[in-house]
Amino acid sequence: MSFLTIAFALLFYAATAILLAGLAYKIFRFAKTPSPLKIATTPAPVTETGVVLRMFREVVFFESLFRGSKWTWTFGWVFHMGLLVVLIRHLRYVTDPVWGPIALIQPFGVYAGFAMVAGLGGLWARRFLVDRVRYISAPSDHLILILLILIGVSGLTMKFIAHTDVVAVKQFFMGLMTFSWSPLPADFFLVIHLLLVAFLMIIFPYSKLLHAPGVFFSPTRNQVDNPREKRHIAAWARKLEEQ
Amino acid sequence: MAKAKFEIPELQEYLDIPEIEPGTMAHSKPYVAKPVFQIPLGFPGELVDNWQEKALDKMGDLLGKYRSLRVFLDSCVKCGACTDKCHYFLSTKDPKNMPVARQDLLRKVYRRYFTLAGKFFPKLVGAEDLTKEVLDDWYSYFHQCSQCRRCSVFCPYGIDTAEISMAAREIMDSIGVGQKYCNEIIGKVYTIGNNLGLPGRALADTLEGLEEDVYDETGVDVKFPLDQKGADILVVTPSADFFAEPHVDGLIGYAKVFHAAGVSWTLSTTASEAANFGMFIGSYENMRKVSLRVRQAALELGVKRIVFGECGHAWRVAYAFLNTLAGPFDFLDPNYPVPQHILEFTYNEIQKGTLNLDKSVNDDMVLTFHDSCNIARATRMGDKPGGQFEIPRAVIKAVCNNFVDMEPETIHDLTYCCGGGGGLLTDDLMELRVKGAQPRMTALRNVIEEQGVTHMAAICAICKSQFTKVLPYYGMDMDQIVSVHQLVSNAIILTGQRTEGDETE
Ligand code: HEM
Ligand code: HEM
Ligand code: SF4
Ligand code: SF4
Repeated sequence: MSFLTIAFALLFYAATAILLAGLAYKIFRFAKTPSPLKIATTPAPVTETGVVLRMFREVVFFESLFRGSKWTWTFGWVFHMGLLVVLIRHLRYVTDPVWGPIALIQPFGVYAGFAMVAGLGGLWARRFLVDRVRYISAPSDHLILILLILIGVSGLTMKFIAHTDVVAVKQFFMGLMTFSWSPLPADFFLVIHLLLVAFLMIIFPYSKLLHAPGVFFSPTRNQVDNPREKRHIAAWARKLEEQ
Repeated sequence: MAKAKFEIPELQEYLDIPEIEPGTMAHSKPYVAKPVFQIPLGFPGELVDNWQEKALDKMGDLLGKYRSLRVFLDSCVKCGACTDKCHYFLSTKDPKNMPVARQDLLRKVYRRYFTLAGKFFPKLVGAEDLTKEVLDDWYSYFHQCSQCRRCSVFCPYGIDTAEISMAAREIMDSIGVGQKYCNEIIGKVYTIGNNLGLPGRALADTLEGLEEDVYDETGVDVKFPLDQKGADILVVTPSADFFAEPHVDGLIGYAKVFHAAGVSWTLSTTASEAANFGMFIGSYENMRKVSLRVRQAALELGVKRIVFGECGHAWRVAYAFLNTLAGPFDFLDPNYPVPQHILEFTYNEIQKGTLNLDKSVNDDMVLTFHDSCNIARATRMGDKPGGQFEIPRAVIKAVCNNFVDMEPETIHDLTYCCGGGGGLLTDDLMELRVKGAQPRMTALRNVIEEQGVTHMAAICAICKSQFTKVLPYYGMDMDQIVSVHQLVSNAIILTGQRTEGDETE
């Protein structure tokens, strides 16, 4: 077994562990921290169903962002939808047999890669061109965009220019899951792609990528507007009443 | 025309998004609270020795108590959607008044001490040590946020800078750096019962005076009861309603509506203040203590319902927090929401047809309406979402023939703050207040010029005071601000009221 295979096998075990443990910890903290007061941004839904719909519109259509900035919305939405399709397409590396609908989107799914990179490009351009956005950007805000662009570009390169043995890649990842390792093709772009992906997985729980779980926990978006009808009180606040 | 030591923004037809100019408002700071104002609220009198450690402890404490803080500090992606949404940024050009940059003042410290990335790679992720300079920036810029929540409307994660400002002020209070205006006022509520420090005797005199005024004007004996045990409704209203203009005309309006509706009501000396500045300083404990007076008054007087007068943040605390802070209100009549807004009450009476209204009395005015930020984005009126926009307008339209709205991007939940909310309504922040009003003033001036608007109605004591003070800076007249219930008061004809002919004026 080559050094590369062993190194990447270990890297992906580690990255997966960090991603899952880190996210679980962060989500646990989000969930465990109480919201002592009703702070929904109104007009807000007055029923649970309404809240689910509001959240759905936020997560799927980026509703608030749409009201806030049409340019950012356009680039951001194209990027995320592209990313989503790309990730769904990637499930073929870790499932066997590949689920019908996933196999179905494969042909036109490749364009999602371009959409994703284009959206990222637009978002990055904003960080230079809009003085307000330039002001609020830290180095990490640039780096994460570069990281995602490089992942996309290396993937697209494999798809269209320097092909890799995708069957072997699949075997490698299936092998990781069953703990019966098989070799990873030693192709330059694949190595780059996977290295960057592992890095992305590692930083995910410690970066602003926490916005993905965060949005579901945002009290201004996930609360039902019913403070007069139903008394809302946190455990630590109830203690004040017992004094 | 008021004189100013700073440049007053010139109103243009459109409000352009300015280019940033760092530091234009770095000098703006409210007076720091002296120990006499800090200690009664349970805060240290002055900056404590180990303030860094204490501040970080407090931050950790708040991170464990408020999910909003934790989620908001972690989730911002610096997308920039909020950057051009704050009236203070638009008018001062200071980039630290962009909502995300304001949050970052706190976030950079959070990252430095509470996240792995910030501990190991501070430069990379924009994390910074908590230094005296950072603390000074906090004091300056967290007192340039009126907690209006306009930014939270546009943020894809609903990040509400108001929550961050409240946390920051709470941290500063806990190390002895409080704001004089807010903390002095909260102290007055504890010792005297209201923000203005109006003692019970003076309040009784004022109300008697109002009864006489209304009698002289209408010939009807409209009561302004105080501490009347057994009344049905306890009315809690901002203390400015007792004498400031145009607030007091609103109070007269409430009294006439109750009179016409034939319900018994009372004010209370214990709860002679609807405002709750505990919210502005982010202190749950103080907010709760202030709220409990309302519960106590309701119990003492044995009322069945609670109605709040025209006030913005007070309605937020009442509508969204009162049940939490001072509930449960199971001793009140379950057929009515607790609490109710005076506009909900008046609106219901109009629906029932109990009020005899003559709209033409207000024909000398063309009205527009300023949605108060806290009412618009943090509360509701009536049963349906958006009732906070519809009900005030419905009431205005029921008592006035001429009403037009301002531009759509400046009303409803997109309304701009008056510039004086969130504990900033103090003379030591005059520059900020005048500038912060610019977006609203622009929209107002446009409807004045294009639609012949003569008056703007408001339903918040702070908005009314702020506009009264600020309008002259923009070449408008302070009388152009009216209370919604002042319009009701004008239009209402009480049974037995003297008619036009025998009026002596
Ligand atoms: C529930 C899932 C998610 C939702 C609702 C969501 C939503 C958003 C929104 C609304 C924005 C702001 C607009 C923009 O700049 O694009 C954003 C930004 C961003 N998202 Fe997501 N996202 C999700 C998942 C992800 C994931 C899985 C990743 C990465 C692997 C990601 C990476 C990013 C990045 C890097 C930005 C910042 C873009 C910039 O620099 O402007 N997001 N996200
Ligand atoms: C374990 C994780 C991953 C593996 C094994 C992997 C592997 C691959 C391979 C082998 C290709 C070439 C496809 C072909 O030649 O047909 C590819 C393409 C691509 N990858 Fe990945 N990748 C992974 C994760 C990611 C992630 C997290 C992203 C995005 C953030 C990403 C974005 C892309 C893109 C945009 C393409 C090109 C378009 C496409 O084929 O869909 N990959 N990836
Ligand atoms: S809450 Fe209002 S004042 Fe504060 S940052 Fe947001 S928009 Fe500005
Ligand atoms: S809109 Fe929200 S996520 Fe975007 S920069 Fe502002 S606070 Fe951050």
